[in-house]
Amino acid sequence: MELNGAEILIRFLKDEGVEHVFGYPGGAVLYIYDELFKQENVKHILVRHEQGATHAADGYARSTGKPGVVLVTSGPGATNAVTGIATAYMDSIPMVVITGQVPTGAIGSDAFQEVDAVGITRPCVKHNFLVKDVNDLAETLKKAFYVATTGRPGPVVVDIPKDVTIATTDYVFPETVDMRSYNPVVKGHPKQIQKAVDLLLSAKRPMIYSGGGVVLGDGSKELIDFTRALGAPITNTLMGLGAYPATDEQFVGMLGMHGTYEANMAMHDCDVLISVGARFDDRVVGNIEQFCPDATIIHIDIDPASISKSVVVDVPIVGDVATVLSDMVTLVNKGKKDQDSKALKVWWSQISEWRNMDCLKYDRNSALIKPQFAIETLYNVTNGDAYVASDVGQHQMWAAQFYKFDEPRRWINSGGLGTMGFGLPAAIGVQLAHPDAQVACVTGDASIQMCIQELGTALQYNTPVKIISLNNRYMGMVRQWQEFFYESRYSQSYMETIPDFVKLTESYGHVGMRIEKPGDLEGAMKEAFAMKDRLVFMDIVTDQTENVYPMIQAGKGHHEMHLSPERELA
Amino acid sequence: MRHIISVLLENEAGALSRVAGLFSARGYNIESLTVAPTEDASLSRMTVVTEGSEQIIEQIIKQLNKLVDVVKLLDLTEGAHIEREMMLIKVRADGAEGREEIKRLIDIFRGRIIDVTDTTYTLELTGTGSKLDAFIEALGTTTILETVRSGVSGIARGEKSLHV
Repeated sequence: MELNGAEILIRFLKDEGVEHVFGYPGGAVLYIYDELFKQENVKHILVRHEQGATHAADGYARSTGKPGVVLVTSGPGATNAVTGIATAYMDSIPMVVITGQVPTGAIGSDAFQEVDAVGITRPCVKHNFLVKDVNDLAETLKKAFYVATTGRPGPVVVDIPKDVTIATTDYVFPETVDMRSYNPVVKGHPKQIQKAVDLLLSAKRPMIYSGGGVVLGDGSKELIDFTRALGAPITNTLMGLGAYPATDEQFVGMLGMHGTYEANMAMHDCDVLISVGARFDDRVVGNIEQFCPDATIIHIDIDPASISKSVVVDVPIVGDVATVLSDMVTLVNKGKKDQDSKALKVWWSQISEWRNMDCLKYDRNSALIKPQFAIETLYNVTNGDAYVASDVGQHQMWAAQFYKFDEPRRWINSGGLGTMGFGLPAAIGVQLAHPDAQVACVTGDASIQMCIQELGTALQYNTPVKIISLNNRYMGMVRQWQEFFYESRYSQSYMETIPDFVKLTESYGHVGMRIEKPGDLEGAMKEAFAMKDRLVFMDIVTDQTENVYPMIQAGKGHHEMHLSPERELA
Repeated sequence: MRHIISVLLENEAGALSRVAGLFSARGYNIESLTVAPTEDASLSRMTVVTEGSEQIIEQIIKQLNKLVDVVKLLDLTEGAHIEREMMLIKVRADGAEGREEIKRLIDIFRGRIIDVTDTTYTLELTGTGSKLDAFIEALGTTTILETVRSGVSGIARGEKSLHV
């Protein structure tokens, strides 16, 4: 059947199983929007800014595992989307971003709303395409979804000139895709796997360090089986939280710059380390020279380029984490009788000692609301069962430390790029994917202002997100660094004016609450979550001077943590 | 160490900029880069000469392989290989003695004179980079008007070949 490019695009999205598209119309995509208007299969979510579209699609993708789909116009539509594309790229989130482009004949002429979208996005996409011929459209879209969702996932941009959306051709949904230059490895090398298992079973102080790859690769079940079989302590990266249940006895908390004492000390002292779907990020590793000084390192990753990129590893295993881990479980169970159980016992008693330091301790008797207390209250009120989308800063770290995620895909945050403004649109995307779930957006007074316009989107699509805004009147993390490393010169980290968030929220048609006393917090939060069909903005006035602990200064070793003043007094 | 990496990539618009962008974004060195289509019109062959520690070269190879447009690649420096570069060089050649001297020199280097005017010679010379350097050195006081070098192309010796 002969269809035009715009019809092909919308038909393709339906045939590919796409239910939601996050976007914003404009000149170059008007034919596409006209086709959207004529059908009901693909639901369009109209955001208030293209950055919001990318973050919402991203949150949707992170919480479901399905690719997020974005549709924006040429020029500023595309450039506004770049921050969200880069955010998804850094965290390997599957996303397909369709950008309109000026007509093919006008490309390169500095036409109205023209940018080289393929050129601008090239360094922050897994791949991108410019479709110059309508005959290539369906096949290119298929490739885009295939590349975005397989191997190490990532965002893919498809740039479609306006004339291609009106040109016609026969449409057949491409069921399969063949790319000779793209074949991700799934199965790990059996010899390497055996070698890794032998090392782990002979270890006296084994340690598991797992990351976002386990979430992305749906390897949570296999990770749990593997960890239980091996009996070793496990830490998760910021991106990996929830892949292993945080309430489990073998979990020692998050590692890295703001990781727990026990996780970082266990990293420093272990003799065999297995990294699963983690990329040895600088916030995790600290000083490379001092990283796991006594350990033989095993690394499972689907992306060969992640292996030995910063830390050189001893046993690389390229493959899909779920597949490799399930191969490992069999071998661990087979060889378990040879494990040095005595040494393992000693290792665990050392870990208990570290745990007894109680590194996350804070002042529970404060007359001010401590941000940690706010997150603990959120955890209790939601029974640990919420999706938590976070912005970036201190509140993000406290959420990571104090909300104990027991399931993957519940913790939604911008880990790699650290994009302020991510939280609210991401939470909207999560809520659209899970209409009946409790969805919280943990944010701060600075972050929330970066995409606050999406309160409008939240009302239009009735996404009853609960915004937990820890309001300390500062850019808290900037303030913390200035206090520690710049002799408390708080250069531009304080906004003289911030809006009345309650009134602002109300003007968007939502419910606003301001909470100033610790004693009021639990009741207010319960009240907020009881409003199942309303977005509630909780403006929580917190202690301005609170800092995130423990902290490893950039470039220091895992054993060189600063603990909180409360902890050090105790 | 200096490495010569041969890359087969999809002959598509933008493929070259993906490779060039990768090198600049990640701070890798490019000593030279050449690219042209192969006998299969859907493929381009690229030769990248780069320098770095073993760890950096390993990363370069992995990152290149990760580009969706890259079909296959080979680090030629891992085995026996041949590298060639072509140079066109235009020199001042006036006065019988000077002209004779340049002609002798290009013969010694097994190059050719490919264009002649009353006052200039244009020379063509092929070889390794160091041979071309040596020729420039040997020209001594001769005035060089223009130099064009192709950058390195390379191929493995013997049976080994990079093809799809």
